[in-house]
Amino acid sequence: MDFRSAEEHLLLQQSLRDFLAGEFPPAKLRALWAGEAQRGGALWAALAELGVCGMLIAEEHGGLGLDLVAAANMLEEAGRAALAEPLASAIVAAPLLAELGGALAEEWLPQIAAGRAVVAVGHPLFAAVEDADCAQLLLLPGAQFALHAVPRAAAQCESLPSSDPSRFLAKVSFDSDAHPPLAEGARARALWDAVLLRGALTCAAQAIGVCEQLLQMSVAYTSERRQFGKPVGSFQALKHKLADVKLKLEYARPLVQRAAHSLAQQAEHPQCGVHISMAKLLACEAAEFAARQALQCHGAIGYTWEQDLHIWMRRAWSLAQSWGSARFHLSRVREPLLGGAFPIGPATTFATGETT
Amino acid sequence: MELRYTDEQRAFRREAREWLEANVPSGPLPSFDTAEGARLHREWEAKLNAGGWAMVPWPVEFGGRGADLFEWLIFEEEYYRAGAPKRINQNGIFLLGPTIMEFGTKQQKARFLPKMASSEEVWAQGWSEPNAGSDMANIQATALRDGGHYIVNGQKTWASRGAFADWLFGMFRSDPDSERHRGLSFILVPLNLPGITVRPIPQLDGLPGFAEVFFDDVRVPAENRLGEEGAGWRVAMATAGFERGLMLRSPARFQHTAQRLVSLCRAHRELVGEALQDEVARCWIGAEAYALETYRTVSKLLAGGKIGSESSLNKVFWSELDLRMHELALQILGECGPASENAAAAEWLDGYLFALSGPIYAGTNEIQRNIIAERILGMPR
Ligand SMILES: Cc1cc2nc3c(=O)[nH]c(=O)nc-3n(C[C@H](O)[C@H](O)[C@H](O)COP(=O)(O)OP(=O)(O)OC[C@H]3O[C@@H](n4cnc5c(N)ncnc54)[C@H](O)[C@@H]3O)c2cc1C
Repeated sequence: MDFRSAEEHLLLQQSLRDFLAGEFPPAKLRALWAGEAQRGGALWAALAELGVCGMLIAEEHGGLGLDLVAAANMLEEAGRAALAEPLASAIVAAPLLAELGGALAEEWLPQIAAGRAVVAVGHPLFAAVEDADCAQLLLLPGAQFALHAVPRAAAQCESLPSSDPSRFLAKVSFDSDAHPPLAEGARARALWDAVLLRGALTCAAQAIGVCEQLLQMSVAYTSERRQFGKPVGSFQALKHKLADVKLKLEYARPLVQRAAHSLAQQAEHPQCGVHISMAKLLACEAAEFAARQALQCHGAIGYTWEQDLHIWMRRAWSLAQSWGSARFHLSRVREPLLGGAFPIGPATTFATGETT
Repeated sequence: MELRYTDEQRAFRREAREWLEANVPSGPLPSFDTAEGARLHREWEAKLNAGGWAMVPWPVEFGGRGADLFEWLIFEEEYYRAGAPKRINQNGIFLLGPTIMEFGTKQQKARFLPKMASSEEVWAQGWSEPNAGSDMANIQATALRDGGHYIVNGQKTWASRGAFADWLFGMFRSDPDSERHRGLSFILVPLNLPGITVRPIPQLDGLPGFAEVFFDDVRVPAENRLGEEGAGWRVAMATAGFERGLMLRSPARFQHTAQRLVSLCRAHRELVGEALQDEVARCWIGAEAYALETYRTVSKLLAGGKIGSESSLNKVFWSELDLRMHELALQILGECGPASENAAAAEWLDGYLFALSGPIYAGTNEIQRNIIAERILGMPR
């Protein structure tokens, strides 16, 4: 029993954090918003150089061969930096391609790892596909949950509005006769189930980083800004708001780590889906709560387009809506919990090896 | 990250489970805030101690089992799973015990710890005074040195289980000219000394769960001081950390309550709306989050890390979760109408009354939020 991140994962996380702090200041994100820069460009190539794009991809395909526990650490940094590159899509796509195997995997996995290709993944439960704009390949649901691989050029994308200009959503259609399914029936359903869990985990892990960033900005601002002759951060009303953010953050974090661990070792964890939904729910709620409190702590300056705060506020909102809403994930906990689908109570947090 | 128990940990769990299954009293004991209940709880503690289970993380020589903190969590899980009685000596074993382990002399450890483990000596905590609640540095009771003794005068109040306790650990002003945190000493006082008056105070449930304690020229041997003279604040802060954190309120307690709440909700599911069911699910998630965070903290501690102000996060989280769970249970029972006037409802109501005090004792949650903001987040004072 040891509930700590591995030393080497923490080092990787730190190096990504340092890299993004240097290479991805808010000004770059704003350039992207203004259409003066593209995603999947130089920054994406540099991330590939660091191994980030292919962290889940096997070494034989040019990746780092890490697991989802490490990926969760890295995605925290994507959230902290409000990274707009299609990193989450890479995390969702890579294991799906590996699972599909064959020529498709041989062709695309090395390209993802090298930062030369983006593969976007849809889901039968959700109408919008993220990152279709900069993808070369789309893995999409068809009729009866069938799974199709469609080159971007062969699909029609109609972009959808998003509360977060860093998040690119599209409604995608394609000709299913021209692109016959790669998986159908029970197999396809199992693949989509796994995609959903990975997608939700990417949101949860990013939300932790977003929440931390919003908290840190709010502590810094309220320590500087003076009214009534003192820093506004000395007022207890604001202290207690930010203390509450810290509470939500610190109790969401272990849920996310455990969810990543359960998903990485799915075979051993029949409640993996519940773990993921708990983590998605609490981490995204922590980030949304942080967004709300951070704005209040900043006053009018936070309500401007110029101030960077809303970059993370928008990210918090969009993560909460991606890969299943709060309501959706809460119901995925409530139903099995109240249905008695698994044992609960003291001595059930981890498998004990006892038959109870 | 390794979220699997070792073979030794599994064996430890099995052993604890077997012993508890064979020995835990079959029905609930009367409240330990009654004379009869106090007697029966002491009997239970004696049995627990004879089995070697009274305080598993303590060294064997002091009545413990030499277990590590993971085994402590496992023991607690088994203890709550077995529905074993509340710990009458919790102020001793969970708060003072670890403090003596850290600050006590060799003699003090040998003198106090074994009798604490066996609950032959039950302890009360004497910190609060009429004018020193949240502002504990405003303590006025004095302990003035007179040769080999301290002469203690003043009043303590809200001492839990003080009505039936044998000893009290308290903070007294040993330097009469001192102010605030300075000049306080941490002193262990037998409650049978001449000059002591213990006056029980009934709590919200009508039972004498508190006492106020008056000291009138009470002579306490100087060797009963824990830590240096005048260094009481530092010693007390260590105790407070144990109180807010994983000693006093390990996660199993809240997982047990969450389990009962989920069972209650299941049993009345057709009467309970979806909104209430969602809230129940959220409580269960909260209890899991608290358990996971505790395992994370213990992992850190066993690897040589320290916890400081983080215990304030624990305190707020468990106390508010506990209260929420009891509120929801009463709401569910309310949906069930008069038929719910039964033993289960009485138990939840009792629990609710106690849960209401969680945000007050061990430092109010307002004070904890101040600590989180100032010491963890670094916001300006
Ligand atoms: C069930 C129970 C058991 C207890 N057991 C013991 C015991 O065994 N031994 C012992 O010594 N004491 C015990 N106490 C006492 C407990 O420690 C105090 O009640 C607590 O420290 C608060 O002090 P107070 O009651 O004087 O409230 P006050 O300090 O008067 O507080 C009243 C209100 O003002 C708020 N407040 C005070 N200061 C601030 C501030 N700076 N910022 C914001 N808000 C503030 C408080 O949060 C609270 O809401 C117990 C209390 C209870 C309820």
